[in-house]
Amino acid sequence: MSRGAALFDVAVVGAGPAGLAAAVHAADTGLSVVLVDAGAQPGGQFWRHPDEKAGLDEGTDNHPVEAAGHHDWKRFADLRSRLYAHEAAGQVAYWRNTQVWLIEPDAVTALGLTPTLDVPASAPDGLPATVRARHAILCPGGYDRQLPVPGWDLPGVMAAGGAQALLKGNRTAGGSIAVVGGTGPFLLPVATGLAAAGVKVAAICEANSPSGWLRNLRGAVRAPEKALEGAEYAAALARHRIPYRIRTAVTEIHGSARVEAVTISKLSADGSVLPGSGRRVACDVVALGWGFTAQLELVLAAGAETCVDVDGSLVAVVDGRLKTSVPGVSVAGEATGVGGASMAVVEGELAALCVAAESGAASAGAAGMGVRIARLQRERARLRSFAVAMHRANPVPGRWHGWLTPETVVCRCEEVSYGELCSAHAELGAGDARSLKSFARPGMGWCQGRVCGYATASIAAELAGRPFEGPAAAADLRSMAKRTLAAPVSLGQLAALVFDGPDLETPDFAPPATDKGHEP
Amino acid sequence: MPELQLFLDGEPLAARPGQTVGAALTEAGVTSWRTTLRGGRPRGLFCGIGVCFDCLLMVDGVPNQRACLTPARDGMELETGTSTQTRPDKADTDDTAPGGVVSGSVAAMDGGAEV
Repeated sequence: MSRGAALFDVAVVGAGPAGLAAAVHAADTGLSVVLVDAGAQPGGQFWRHPDEKAGLDEGTDNHPVEAAGHHDWKRFADLRSRLYAHEAAGQVAYWRNTQVWLIEPDAVTALGLTPTLDVPASAPDGLPATVRARHAILCPGGYDRQLPVPGWDLPGVMAAGGAQALLKGNRTAGGSIAVVGGTGPFLLPVATGLAAAGVKVAAICEANSPSGWLRNLRGAVRAPEKALEGAEYAAALARHRIPYRIRTAVTEIHGSARVEAVTISKLSADGSVLPGSGRRVACDVVALGWGFTAQLELVLAAGAETCVDVDGSLVAVVDGRLKTSVPGVSVAGEATGVGGASMAVVEGELAALCVAAESGAASAGAAGMGVRIARLQRERARLRSFAVAMHRANPVPGRWHGWLTPETVVCRCEEVSYGELCSAHAELGAGDARSLKSFARPGMGWCQGRVCGYATASIAAELAGRPFEGPAAAADLRSMAKRTLAAPVSLGQLAALVFDGPDLETPDFAPPATDKGHEP
Repeated sequence: MPELQLFLDGEPLAARPGQTVGAALTEAGVTSWRTTLRGGRPRGLFCGIGVCFDCLLMVDGVPNQRACLTPARDGMELETGTSTQTRPDKADTDDTAPGGVVSGSVAAMDGGAEV
């Protein structure tokens, strides 16, 4: 680790809705902040927008071009301008295009940094190997959860969020005819976004039925703004004539060099495929999403407790102040439970204010901070109950494995098929995800199980004939989510770690005397 | 807006400023730019946000770059089919070669599933 690494009051990882709010609000209280984000500009996946330097027509103040297709853009624009002001004032050190590959929580938490890209000239100038902070607020966000389906490795098949990222960040549509499939409300903005870009959306295949809402009305009615958003999407679907097919799933994808068509099938109430219900639909883009997976490698690497949330995702265990089981490490946003951008912004502010209140920030004693914290906690509870209702209405179909064939690729990186997983179970006795991983190698390639982790864990339970729930499911998910390195790094960086020694407590590495240890 | 000119295996490829390499390829109708090691299957964009590593290609001589994250730059040289030479879990991954990286579990080298 580099010597004399600067010491900050707070390190925020991730500049999406949660991280942006955490960094801005921590800086507002007078704390020194280092913000580390893999992206070139703030916003994360939710507020992904075109390159700010690319000279886009700026539009008007009320309708900036970069806001196209976005909800809540004003909130982002406000947070972003405050972030830039804090950065200019030296209150926030903001490392763009930078990934955290190592976290070592201790009296102070050390974060190992590496450039997101290896292309020459893409590394941020003066990027330190390490930054250190008294408190870390991890806001890693999430990405689309995937269920393998025959043919899903064909080009043209994308994660729903990937299809949306092409639109939001690049103004690029992936093709001309799309099928959007999976479950959950996120399918709607993806489909309407594609339609607005001129893509014909042949179908949205929603595996569940909106009547699931009725059973969870209590949570839903506590968030009337979401109902309004839903109504907007319903109008957009009608305007673009997008068929919305419930209890339907994409059960096979066809093509040779790229996707040419899909089979969509009806699902019965238990989520199994209704035999003979398959129908072929021609398309050149398929966007798939089954809810979200929280990005947990830093949470796990920090040693924080995790559990399985209502939606089946592994998430960080946090208290009402968003503290994890590890002192000095908080988590905000999707990694505490998938809840969407509004909840992430609330959590980012809440985490920041709780850290500020405890660390004697300039404004810690100011009247109103306690009141504000209490209000944020109530707001979080309200949004959480909506999220829970949403998760209950949009579960992963219990019998999704029914559409797998022995040849279906489960792990895209190592090209491990469902048949190979079945063999690892039947012939080698693999009864959990960890042994499936050892014997058949799912999750051991480039992405380290980020894409196939949920599916492999679910398949492990299915093969072992046990329900995918409780501590066993948590253990399966954990074994697929643990990554020694949170991001790819060069062997040179690893070697430097070994030779310099990671021990920050040695006298050579005494922290600087000043609190405001910004990078020069 | 002025267009950028990149090269894909020596052939000109247009891109707009602010686009990623992956978006420029997609817009040009190129949907895959590498084949997998085991099955020889075509791969292009999948997650689109840097998570899945499906869209790897060589950029200006650096192998294994994620097309979905790499901003297009004028004169950039892209090479297809060159990104499967190293696998993250193979001990022959070497940092003397540009872009030699290890991804995640070092324990993958010895087959340990969890560390």
